[in-house]
Amino acid sequence: MASQEMEQLVRREYKEGFVTDIESDTVPPGLDESVIAFISNKKGEPEWMLEWRLKAYHQWLKMTPPSWAHLEYPPIDYQAISYYSAPKRPEDRPQSLDEVDPKLLETYEKLGIPLHERAALAGVAVDAVFDSVSVTTTFKEKLHEAGVIFCSISEAIRDYPELIKQYLGTVVPQADNYFAALNSAVFTDGSFVFVPKGVTCPMELSTYFRINAANTGQFERTLIICEEGAQVSYLEGCTAPMRDENQLHAAVVELVALDDAYIKYSTVQNWYPGDEDGKGGIYNFVTKRGDCRGDRSRISWTQVETGSAITWKYPSCVLRGKDSIGEFYSVAVTNGRQQADTGTKMIHIGEGTRSYIVSKGISAGRSNQSYRGLVKIGPRAKGARNFTQCDSLLIGDQCGAHTFPYQEIGNSTATIEHEATTSKIGEDQLFYCQSRGISEEDAVSMIVNGFCKDVFQELPMEFAVEAEALLNVTLEGAVG
Amino acid sequence: MTDVQSEVTAFLARLDERNATRGAEPTWIAARRQAGAARFEALGFPTRRDEAWKYTDVRAIARGDFALTDSADFSPPSAAALTLPLEAHRLTFVDGVFSAALSDLGELPRGVAVLPLSQALAENHEAVGGPLGRLTGVEFSPFSALNTAFMEEGAVVRLAPGSVVEKPILLQFLSRANGKPVMSHPRILVEAGSRSQATLIEHHVGESEAANFTNLVAELMLDRGAILTHYKLQEAALGDLHVASIHVEQGRDSRYTSFNLNLGGSLVRNDLIGELNGEGAEANFYGLFYGQGRQHIDNHTLANHNAPRTFSNENYKGILDDRARGVFNGKVVVKRDSQKIEGFQSNANLLLSDRAEIDAKPELEIYADDVKCSHGTTTGQLDEEAVYALRTRGIDEQTARGLLTLAFAGEVMELVDLDAISERVELAVAGKLPERFNLAGLVEASMALHDE
Repeated sequence: MASQEMEQLVRREYKEGFVTDIESDTVPPGLDESVIAFISNKKGEPEWMLEWRLKAYHQWLKMTPPSWAHLEYPPIDYQAISYYSAPKRPEDRPQSLDEVDPKLLETYEKLGIPLHERAALAGVAVDAVFDSVSVTTTFKEKLHEAGVIFCSISEAIRDYPELIKQYLGTVVPQADNYFAALNSAVFTDGSFVFVPKGVTCPMELSTYFRINAANTGQFERTLIICEEGAQVSYLEGCTAPMRDENQLHAAVVELVALDDAYIKYSTVQNWYPGDEDGKGGIYNFVTKRGDCRGDRSRISWTQVETGSAITWKYPSCVLRGKDSIGEFYSVAVTNGRQQADTGTKMIHIGEGTRSYIVSKGISAGRSNQSYRGLVKIGPRAKGARNFTQCDSLLIGDQCGAHTFPYQEIGNSTATIEHEATTSKIGEDQLFYCQSRGISEEDAVSMIVNGFCKDVFQELPMEFAVEAEALLNVTLEGAVG
Repeated sequence: MTDVQSEVTAFLARLDERNATRGAEPTWIAARRQAGAARFEALGFPTRRDEAWKYTDVRAIARGDFALTDSADFSPPSAAALTLPLEAHRLTFVDGVFSAALSDLGELPRGVAVLPLSQALAENHEAVGGPLGRLTGVEFSPFSALNTAFMEEGAVVRLAPGSVVEKPILLQFLSRANGKPVMSHPRILVEAGSRSQATLIEHHVGESEAANFTNLVAELMLDRGAILTHYKLQEAALGDLHVASIHVEQGRDSRYTSFNLNLGGSLVRNDLIGELNGEGAEANFYGLFYGQGRQHIDNHTLANHNAPRTFSNENYKGILDDRARGVFNGKVVVKRDSQKIEGFQSNANLLLSDRAEIDAKPELEIYADDVKCSHGTTTGQLDEEAVYALRTRGIDEQTARGLLTLAFAGEVMELVDLDAISERVELAVAGKLPERFNLAGLVEASMALHDE
């Protein structure tokens, strides 16, 4: 059934592949205490932060990389990675968009994200991250009026040390896992959001990540705190230029929701997946965890994963507060030789906690994809409720789709439901559409979008449009 | 670490003692024994760090001191009381030792052989050496290695092509209340020829004070078109330790149906592995586990779809009371190019107590696209509205709960064709709901109501 045009579409080159030539201030590859001290010093951090990093580093030295995931990749040489890279002139940062390096703006143009327009028209404050250092932060004033703090984590360490001391590492401890420990030691930037009591953030916050400079792993650290009754919606999206060497990305995202707070975290991830043979591509080893600390708090993860050679990512919710809610909506698409091992963990600790998981996996080409999830109901989580649905769609006979859901239920008043299906696009469905004059490709796109609808409708408007487009591009021609 | 080492050494010392008293053996057996011991020594007992044993702690076995026995003494009246009341070709083992006195094979159809392993080895050890260990090697798990090192007795069932055994073949394993706990490592070997048909019952039962360790390995080979129904009724004493590895190999168009019914044992682990090697092969895995007290019941199943157009269907029901803990790990694997596969998996669990726990992990691993696979898992408690509905009809709460619990098990139990088994299970489940459910009482009550 696969026609030739489709073959061509499958072979299509990565659209976002280009390298911006900006002189980087990069440390030589390798990791030891002096590199960490260099990073800390470069960021103008206080002494306690350096100690915190070193503590993580010493933990990391004692750990081994996880091997349980359904992934195959050669061992990573952590001494061959450069741990710091910042655009030149970190001292005199641009104060407004006009001062931003035009090459940078050009990069965003190429990606189709006109910053000014986006910021002005969409009403989104953009904290653009270009290789580890925030270069511009917009709408700060407006946010300031509302009392919302939105800045890079480095700034936060300098300006709000009390908040950082209180919250950093409380959701994902330094020694949580191998990659989180590494991140804790060497993280260079990321976002910090603090929404005070009773405030609903007046706009959606967004960060665009972009990996640049060869051989530089990017280690982002994001911390979002919502005080009592506060609400925020945060968008994270990323693309990366084409490159032949694997780039490691080990980010940590921590969310803290106090009583009645609501955090919505959405991600569209489209990093370079590697070429046809799986060469190059980003290794995306991310630790994301939300802590529903307060009663009736709610944390919602939505992700659309289409990129990266390898994805290792389990956005989780610790449901501590009474009647707190955790949600996870995911669409993961793998093509070529991509590998994804992703899912979520819902840890029910408090009474009346609820969680809802919808995971849609689409594998095409020679890719492999796994859903790995944990639903744990503690003995005190009376009346806890979970519903999980994970569906896989297989396109082509060389791909794999796997499901590894763990359920640990220690409370008889809990109600847990799990459903999973695996199927392919029905020939009858395709025929039905085609008999009505819809081309095969459009029909596939319709069916796939329908398959993912439950997740897409959770995305903020502009992301939803982007996600659908991304999905279509990723899968174009993968049909057989 | 030294702790682990000493546990392994204790078992190996037991093996050395045994080997010293054993007569001459065919070289292949001695070689396998050695391989099993070496493998076991290398692996040690699994710990909770091993993914396959994440939820099951086997220290009760590892730290146990188990003797080996040669005696098959068992009082005939109490054996008779334990035996399933059905007509069958029966082999009985007491703590793993064959008991001719308690066995009754009756008349077997032509081409059908049912005999204890020791006898099969004595008659023609080469005919046993080929199939034995072909499916379950020493690599499978530390327990299969341990079994291979110790294996002495068990059952061999051979069905000639086209043979049909009308009456079930009953393998009865009795566990005694010994002064010192003993261990046994039985083997079951079934070779079902093409188009043969049989029902196999594996019945584990014993004296209520028994606290022995059974480590069973079963290998079932189904040739083209063979049909085998395999009941495993495990109602051992609540102190018994039970580990079983069951491997099934299925040829073209064969059908294997397993009923894995677990009611007894303090620590139970079942591994059921189906290899669907021929087109049209069908595997049905049905299971029920009922745990109370501090029982721990772990069921692992794996359906390997190695050929196109193969079908697997699984339904496991778990009922857990008190501080019992249940584990269900079901896996369906579809190999590359195994197209037109159907694989269904369902697991439902009922928690009757606040301290009961269930760990469920239904897995799918799929490398082909033209497949229909699904799995579903639910865990919950009795529907309070259903309890209420029954109570409004004059049924007291305890009875209502008992009835609903039985109804929950019903989905699997109604597929059981042998009344002797389903009655045993239903009565056991009902009996294990003390004061809650009494079928006879209910019938009487309803009749009395009717008479009025």
